[in-house]
Amino acid sequence: MAEPAAEPEALPDPVADAGGSAKFWYAIQECLRSALSTIQSHRLRSFLTMLGIIIGVASVICVIALVQGMTKSISDQFSGLGSNTLTLEAETPVADQMRGKYNRLHFTDLDELRYRIDGISNITPAVPVPLGQVSYGSRTAAGQFYGTTESAQDVQGFYPRSGRFITRSDDESRRRVVVLGEQIRKDLDLPQRPEGEYVQIGREWFKVVGVMEPRGQVFGFSQDGFLIMPYQTALAFNSAVARPDFSISFTVDDPDLVENVKQRVTALIRRAHGIEKDQPDDFHVQSSETFLKTFQTITGTITAVVAGIVGISLLVGGIGIMNIMLVSVTERTREIGIAKALGAPRRFILLQFLIEAMVLAVIGGIIGMVLGFGLAYGVAALIPNFPPPSVPWWAVTGACLFSMLIGMVFGILPASKAANLAPIDALRYE
Amino acid sequence: MIELAGISKVYQLGGFAYPALSDVSLTIGSNEFVALTGASGSGKSTMMNILGCLDTPSSGRYTLDGEEVAGLDEDRLASVRNRKIGFVFQNFYLMPRVTALDNVAQPLIYRGISTAQRRAHAERALQRVGLADRMQHRPNELSGGQRQRVAVARALVGRPELLLADEPTGNLDSRTAREIMDLFAQLHAEGQAVVIVTHDPGIAASCRRQVRLHDGRVAEDRING
Repeated sequence: MAEPAAEPEALPDPVADAGGSAKFWYAIQECLRSALSTIQSHRLRSFLTMLGIIIGVASVICVIALVQGMTKSISDQFSGLGSNTLTLEAETPVADQMRGKYNRLHFTDLDELRYRIDGISNITPAVPVPLGQVSYGSRTAAGQFYGTTESAQDVQGFYPRSGRFITRSDDESRRRVVVLGEQIRKDLDLPQRPEGEYVQIGREWFKVVGVMEPRGQVFGFSQDGFLIMPYQTALAFNSAVARPDFSISFTVDDPDLVENVKQRVTALIRRAHGIEKDQPDDFHVQSSETFLKTFQTITGTITAVVAGIVGISLLVGGIGIMNIMLVSVTERTREIGIAKALGAPRRFILLQFLIEAMVLAVIGGIIGMVLGFGLAYGVAALIPNFPPPSVPWWAVTGACLFSMLIGMVFGILPASKAANLAPIDALRYE
Repeated sequence: MIELAGISKVYQLGGFAYPALSDVSLTIGSNEFVALTGASGSGKSTMMNILGCLDTPSSGRYTLDGEEVAGLDEDRLASVRNRKIGFVFQNFYLMPRVTALDNVAQPLIYRGISTAQRRAHAERALQRVGLADRMQHRPNELSGGQRQRVAVARALVGRPELLLADEPTGNLDSRTAREIMDLFAQLHAEGQAVVIVTHDPGIAASCRRQVRLHDGRVAEDRING
């Protein structure tokens, strides 16, 4: 028999021993500790329980990272285009398109813009060339061929890296000259500085006068597969087509007046096209910003839809957690009975199991997040020229909070089952 | 000071009423050492559950340390158990994954006491039962007697009004059982009220007072001579 030690100091009065918030904090602390020790002592089971959450979060993060990465790289490319650039294009309602009726701009629209709208410059028409194939020696290349004027380089903020661009005199005398995109130059196996070489489009010969600076790829598609010739030359190529589908780009001198100019142009072209008051426009004026916004809306929708679908797998993960927590409550009935006999109130047991479910879900969420990052970088590395993934902070916070929420929602049932056990029954449970 | 007045407990099973306790009145002073005995089915376990505030009587009054506890709800009963009752069970009922020290500190969690203070109190309680050198051991690294000492320390750590032991020696060999009974006697000598529920006449005989239940009534209540 050991020597009895001195009496313990009187314990503080149980009612007044800690303030409400301190008491709650100790309880949380204790619940976290017990949750971590339980998870640690059942490592394999805990991991399998988390697997649903891990896979769900990993897929969400991976998808968001990839889509956001693409959005970011495209936005960056568009930021080069000034937001004060507007493009006037013909627009045809789908119903008319199906009937084979297409609206076109009028050639006179160009002069309307030139002489009736002030505060704009660099008015640049662009017309597609119907023949989309060019050859040099035995090699051929295809891409987007169009005719435009010398101001196109200023509108797009995009210049030749070698040689020169189309000039006014090229246009006026319908010279047979072309400026190539980098991809077309490569496809034709032309030298690095191909000025002076001749290429063939259809049955006509063209002299190469310059190569544009490379723009790289978007979604793995080259942005350099184009060929530019003088506007008038391209119109001559279009002689078989009565009304070619051309567009007109221009820059607004004062960026604050973009909306105002848009309205004036719309009113002017409506009048020029003889559109009645209640008829819709047969054209639209688009800024690079509107295009970017449309693009962002599309990617935003893709993200939301995919995240929503994958979110269902998180629900499945949550059900997995609920299932194991229910098993765990049954297994630990005795333990719960002991805690109750020692004076644990209902809310403490509730909190303990709720926190355990939440800790399981959050650990799963964090593992899933790391895995999702890795997966996104892996996918981006495997696809050539895919933009690097980007994970926004809201996705990280969202994934953590959402898995916590899943743990909480699916932890409630097991936790209240535990909390509602009667102490004597729980103690006697074998 | 424990006062039971006209306590009855009736269980409802399949529409039939089975009385487990009928009109039991009992007073236990704050420094008594009582054995509660009786054959199985005598109402001994029901009595222990009611004394320990694990269950509520169907009728009657139960005053524990000046507090009426018979009609309290579950959370209030939990609070009474935590503050006023220390349990010792036949199967020790320790938490298997935590150390002796943390087992002893467990009841203090529910009082909202900080970890450091809990451990300080638990250390003193373990010293008091002679296990100062086993604090960091887990239950499976301890002998049966040591486990029961840990359980006693856990019962004492909250400085309860009543130490309530349910067959505390039932799973121990006779030598260890004697040691545990000596410990209870010593705690009683230090001023602790102890009630031991047992069917073992030897154990009952080593207590100061003996209350025997039969068919849900107090059949005998005497001071051991």
